[in-house]
Amino acid sequence: MYKNVLQNIDNIAIWPVISFVIFFLFFICLLWWVLTTKKAFIEEMERLPLENSIEEDNSKVNKL
Amino acid sequence: MELEKFSYDNKIVKAFIIATVIFGLVGMLVGLTAAIQLVYPIFNFENQYTTFGRIRPLHTNAIIFAFVGNAMFAGVYYSMQRLLKTRMYSDTLSWIHFWGWQLIIVAAAITLPLGLTTSKEYAELEWPIDIAITIIWVVFGWNMIGTIIKRRERHMYVAIWFYIATFITVAVLHLVNSVEMPVTMFKSYSWYAGVQDALVQWWYGHNAVAFFLTTPYLGMMYYFLPKAANRPVYSYRLSIIHFWSLIFLYIWAGPHHLLYTSLPDWAQSLGVVFSIMLIAPSWGGMLNGLMTLRGAWDRVREDPVLKFMVVAVTAYGMATLEGPLLSLKNVNAIAHFTDWIVAHVHVGGLGWNGFMIFAILYWVVPRMWGTTLHSRKLANVHFWLGTLGIIFYALPMYVSGVVQSLMWKEFNAEGFLVYKNFLETTVQILPLYGLRAIGGGLYLVGAILMTYNLIKTARSGDFIADEDAEAAPLAKEYVASRNAGWHHRVLEHKPVIFTVLTLIAILIGGLIEMIPTFLIKSNIPTISNVKPYTPLEVHGRDIYIREGCVNCHTQMVRPFRSETERYGEYSKAGEFVYDHPFLWGSKRTGPDLHRIGEKYSNSWHYNHMLAPDAVSTSSIMPAYPWLFEQSIDKSVTRAKINALRTVGVPYAAGYENEANADLEKQSEKISASLKADGIDVSPDAEIIALIAYLQRLGIDIKAKPTANVQE
Repeated sequence: MYKNVLQNIDNIAIWPVISFVIFFLFFICLLWWVLTTKKAFIEEMERLPLENSIEEDNSKVNKL
Repeated sequence: MELEKFSYDNKIVKAFIIATVIFGLVGMLVGLTAAIQLVYPIFNFENQYTTFGRIRPLHTNAIIFAFVGNAMFAGVYYSMQRLLKTRMYSDTLSWIHFWGWQLIIVAAAITLPLGLTTSKEYAELEWPIDIAITIIWVVFGWNMIGTIIKRRERHMYVAIWFYIATFITVAVLHLVNSVEMPVTMFKSYSWYAGVQDALVQWWYGHNAVAFFLTTPYLGMMYYFLPKAANRPVYSYRLSIIHFWSLIFLYIWAGPHHLLYTSLPDWAQSLGVVFSIMLIAPSWGGMLNGLMTLRGAWDRVREDPVLKFMVVAVTAYGMATLEGPLLSLKNVNAIAHFTDWIVAHVHVGGLGWNGFMIFAILYWVVPRMWGTTLHSRKLANVHFWLGTLGIIFYALPMYVSGVVQSLMWKEFNAEGFLVYKNFLETTVQILPLYGLRAIGGGLYLVGAILMTYNLIKTARSGDFIADEDAEAAPLAKEYVASRNAGWHHRVLEHKPVIFTVLTLIAILIGGLIEMIPTFLIKSNIPTISNVKPYTPLEVHGRDIYIREGCVNCHTQMVRPFRSETERYGEYSKAGEFVYDHPFLWGSKRTGPDLHRIGEKYSNSWHYNHMLAPDAVSTSSIMPAYPWLFEQSIDKSVTRAKINALRTVGVPYAAGYENEANADLEKQSEKISASLKADGIDVSPDAEIIALIAYLQRLGIDIKAKPTANVQE
């Protein structure tokens, strides 16, 4: 049934190819991005939430 | 560079926290009421404003938009200022956002019990409120993007990415799903019909879960979990993958809410495939959260904040594994329309959202009031009450879902249904409904303890309305260091490009699903003898919507033998072409109604609506006595016909002038048939319209056994 439905679109055969290409490129780019990110930068980023000025005496609140 | 002095706005965070706690308690209390109503129908109070059909959407809206929504804004406003080292862009916008959102909630709390609803799940609010939501959401986004632009921190931490995705996607979802044709000030018809309406609705529904209940909370997890554990996130690289693959994949999965329905097969399969793929990013995120606690597990034993977070992140992992499994067609065949789904959403709602909110509140309130938590012991009691509450809620619902589903499908050796009467399967699971209410009650008690604890905490400290901070401004001319890499130069410090890319990532899935469904006519084979509803039936349908019947009754017979035996011919896409909105439903607390038409007499329906348990002993359906007293509002018939014609129902030109005459003719007929059975009722009573609609349901294809299906 779905073949009949989809055959009504012109050049339907290209759709799965486009989908695959979008997917492939998306994840390749993502992997490339992640793998080529420098360690120093990653470290800088992951410290962002922790580097807040005043409050960071967690010790006080956590001690209770 | 010289440091600039500024302050973080804690006042707006405080306002959102107070709203979170108040609406959280209210939303849970309403949910508990709904749970009790299912065990003891007397708690529907025989009052039209408090029946389950109206209370249930009130509960879901209160929890999603008031409790989780307000907590999201509190978390976003708190973390965003600190991550970007700046005050929010505009205090005025912050307060417009706050008060606007609370007004929307109040409007919802008034209109839903009044029965003013579109009936589309989690999008029930009528069109004027939809417009208000749009405006306030834009204010929120404007404030957020403004803050990002005036930031003092060059890099955008991953939490900010999740917030941007939330803003963009919820805006798109809300706009597309809320296209509707106003009839009166508080009544509208969905622009889409039947299958298309269902596809749009569940594309919305699924992604509302994704981008309202999940992405903002993931952002908050990536901020508050490292803060509470006092160590950086386990893998920042993993969080990048988590973010992009999650937002890219999530948007495709909506059709898994419509498996075995009349939605075209290819769209269903697409939904399944993407749901399975979603396990990867979701579990990547969960592991990233849990692994952040490496080396700090000893503190989890003592710190209630970490305890709540661990259970929250674990619940996220459980729910995001269960979701994809539920979207496998073989599992879905058992679970769909049952309490299994209710258990699933509550693991997410109570576990992931609820516990994450509690953790953040316990962490943030002592800091904002410059003090320590009033009682750690009480917080631990809350933790155990909440955890037990989740277990007492979820387990009975799992058992109830599977038991009922198996009963629905059980055949005897002769090939007949064992439980021919739907009610037998309901009675079987009522004790489990009772247990569920206990679970909900425990959870609510825990939340009340938290409220007390937080108030005492705040009382013991001094509120820091403006928290002083200092940071260097961003240099005007910025050259990214080589260290940062290409992606940073082109993307991570350019919020506008980033936002556009996010938009593209979420649009791809939606477009590929929807364009074919809308453009290809043959996706919905037309059935020539399916005709528009008569004016009386339109009124009846609107009463059905008003009373929230869709909350317990589906109109979608799936192509299983167990269903065609019980209900009749399975539902075809072409039967719904005039359904604005679609009323397929998502839960069968009562039986399916798609083939109810002409199954019972008019007097059966009359008596059943008046006293359900007199007609079906031990039925848990509430009575609807007001339908017998209130009259059909004929003054809006014209507007209804006009609006429906505008959205594509082929009423002849000028029919709006004759509609009421037709309506009266049909209602006289029903009234006469009732009279023959000894029931004297005015033809203007609302019950007449409802009977007309119920008797019409699903009979069009019965008219001629050889339905002329045009491919």
